[in-house]
Amino acid sequence: MACSATTRIIHNPLAISSSRSAEKSDFSCKILSPSSFWGSASLGKKLLSVNKAISPISRRSATVVAVSDVVKEKKLKSSSSVSNLLITKEEGLVLYEDMVLGRAFEDMCAQMYYRGKMFGFVHLYNGQEAVSTGFIKLLKKEDCVVSTYRDHVHALSKGVPARQVMSELFGKTTGCCRGQGGSMHMFSKEHNVLGGFAFIGEGIPVATGAAFTSKYKREVLKEDCDEVTLAFFGDGTCNNGQFFECLNMAALWKLPIVFVVENNLWAIGMSHLRATSDPEIWKKGPAFGMPGVHVDGMDVLKVREVAIEAVGRARRGEGPTLVECETYRFRGHSLADPDELRDPAEKAHYATRDPITALKKYILENKLASEAELKAIEKKIDEVVEDSVEFADKSPVPARSQLLENVFADPRGFGIGPDGKYRCEDPKFTEGTAQV
Amino acid sequence: MAAMLQSFGVATASVGFSDHSTKLSGFSVHSLPVIRSEGRSISGPINGTRKTGKVITKAVAAQAESPASAASKPGHELLLFEALREGLEEEMDRDPRVCVMGEDVGHYGGSYKVTRGLAQKYGDLRVLDTPIAENSFTGMAVGAAMTGLRPIVEGMNMGFLLLAFNQISDNCGMLHYTSGGQFTIPTVIRGPGGVGRQLGAEHSQRLESYFQSIPGIQMVACSTPYNAKGLMKAAIRSENPVVLFEHVLLYNLKERIPDEEYVLNLEEAEMVRPGEHVTILTYSRMRYHVMQAAKTLVNKGYDPEVIDIRSLKPFDLHTIGNSVKKTHRVVIVEECMRTGGIGASLTAAINENFHDYLDAPIICLSSQDVPTPYAGTLEEWTVVQPPQIVAAVEQLCQ
Repeated sequence: MACSATTRIIHNPLAISSSRSAEKSDFSCKILSPSSFWGSASLGKKLLSVNKAISPISRRSATVVAVSDVVKEKKLKSSSSVSNLLITKEEGLVLYEDMVLGRAFEDMCAQMYYRGKMFGFVHLYNGQEAVSTGFIKLLKKEDCVVSTYRDHVHALSKGVPARQVMSELFGKTTGCCRGQGGSMHMFSKEHNVLGGFAFIGEGIPVATGAAFTSKYKREVLKEDCDEVTLAFFGDGTCNNGQFFECLNMAALWKLPIVFVVENNLWAIGMSHLRATSDPEIWKKGPAFGMPGVHVDGMDVLKVREVAIEAVGRARRGEGPTLVECETYRFRGHSLADPDELRDPAEKAHYATRDPITALKKYILENKLASEAELKAIEKKIDEVVEDSVEFADKSPVPARSQLLENVFADPRGFGIGPDGKYRCEDPKFTEGTAQV
Repeated sequence: MAAMLQSFGVATASVGFSDHSTKLSGFSVHSLPVIRSEGRSISGPINGTRKTGKVITKAVAAQAESPASAASKPGHELLLFEALREGLEEEMDRDPRVCVMGEDVGHYGGSYKVTRGLAQKYGDLRVLDTPIAENSFTGMAVGAAMTGLRPIVEGMNMGFLLLAFNQISDNCGMLHYTSGGQFTIPTVIRGPGGVGRQLGAEHSQRLESYFQSIPGIQMVACSTPYNAKGLMKAAIRSENPVVLFEHVLLYNLKERIPDEEYVLNLEEAEMVRPGEHVTILTYSRMRYHVMQAAKTLVNKGYDPEVIDIRSLKPFDLHTIGNSVKKTHRVVIVEECMRTGGIGASLTAAINENFHDYLDAPIICLSSQDVPTPYAGTLEEWTVVQPPQIVAAVEQLCQ
């Protein structure tokens, strides 16, 4: 059954949109069914397991389906007892709440932006919640998350309070970065969110470094450390040099990191297919010596299954994994993007695969929770988001004295002034009004 | 004691730089005894406001030496790259979170031998041989620094760090600020730079000017074994990201340095030779060209004050200012390019702060704005040579 924690990476038994004939697959090498997005039914994909040496293309087969359909059949036969399910009620509600929080928060961001409460570039995560929730809810507080500019929901999933994120977006001093970062630079030392980066690909080496620290702590400092780092980035980033350089280093040193590709098919207005010679990103993992996995990123339970395995691998010291999540953003690239290039039919298709709706359906169908309980969660989240806006509204804007405060960790770095005193000792200095 | 005298553990006579075929191995550094122009005790903090730990934060030698050489001198003699290594090793011993990463730093021992032997002592993870991916391993150092380590990134040649500019500028420099002060990036980025001996344009770059505007980083340039070790240690201990500029041609300078531990101040300049007539500000290799010119100038009756600014960002305006107030004339000698270089910034800073004290416009001698040519003669003319310095001082002091 899918939820057994073996070293295999397997699909879970939620229905796949396309139907294929079932076939039993080999233990260690499962063939994935291509999603309808790829268009070509003859593309067989391979799921590589830890134990098997990476052998690329030897086993391409035309119509083979993942274990999911097999299991789905099994599931239909037996009644869905609780032991067949992937999640417990508690887990289901946690996942649901997290995704609803992500969605509600982002919707509120859009509202606040158009009301002139936040400015600049704001990139919303609507539609991709399954990836954030599926992965981050498995982490401990000490594990690290590194993201891109589309980072509000990663921060929220990791545990940064909505109040702090909203304040940061409003540019208030109570924001998680004191208002100095903004939408694209969410950091939290307490929750180990290492950013928030505006340039794509820039965060991947940072994530690799965090994973390096984890390995260093274990092997050099002899501490009991099994912290894992997750690096989230998009399809556009996968053509960037830093991505490949880090895949190499992570696999070389077996760093405890999972590279999570949120392939939403579009890099602003550049379609992934127009930018990439081989659009199957998961394949690039084995080229560097790590497993490459493709998963349906609109389905939180599937993502979670893959995540359990990938994070587990990293924790056990077996090295990195590249996970490609096929997902979609319902809104434009940013709030400034008119989003005219994407085909309405494509948008409509993915709208039917809304991850929140899917999870809700799963929960209700499997009687994990009642409609009322889910509604209660939605109501609670609405209150949380409203409260965060109120809090942000009431928070003060940064004072001028904050201007130069955090440029240097050690403010002696501003140097010695003509009078022989360090500049930072001048109280007017951090306001930027002192004579420099 | 005579707080006036500060000795670097001086070795004997130096060799001139004019002969380009001279090999640099076994060079001795002659530095004149340094006297602080104000009579303030060197070992005390400035105005009592600087926090000092147990380690001496200012450049003080073990004992004051009389200019006549003693029978057995204190301290030990070593070459500049060994001094760097000594500093590095001491810091790695002191704090297990200090680690080194770069190309060929481990098994190869570093392309200029700064990390020789360290991988054998500390292991492959603490002295990490990276693949050739500057941007990524510099970013990796940033990530490691954010999560608790204190990495030192070695650029095999400073010029290679141009590939890491994204990470140095955006992440090293900015992350402390954009995270609202939550994360510190205590990295040291170091490597050999400057114009060498016909290494060609790309290996002869002077990156000080490119990095100087990045908010959030500090830059220092070492020039003697003594300050190399002290600045290395200070840079490692600093919570700020520091770029430590070394020079390809200075690695084999020999000097006697103290046995006991010392850490220098990152933000301070070094008084090399006090004088009355003119202030000559310089750093890194040009210090030696200046000192050579100084000999000529002294013979001609001038009394130049030579200051090695050491801290390229921020400038030590106190030491520099005091000198300007005394001499009223400034010559800046640097290896950086003319346009937008350290000299340009320094000229602006001095003009803004000490304009009233200047009797003449500042003369700034920089390298030519040219990709360093390979041909020996052309390379020689790219960089400032001692005769030019002498001529500039003579012109200024008319």
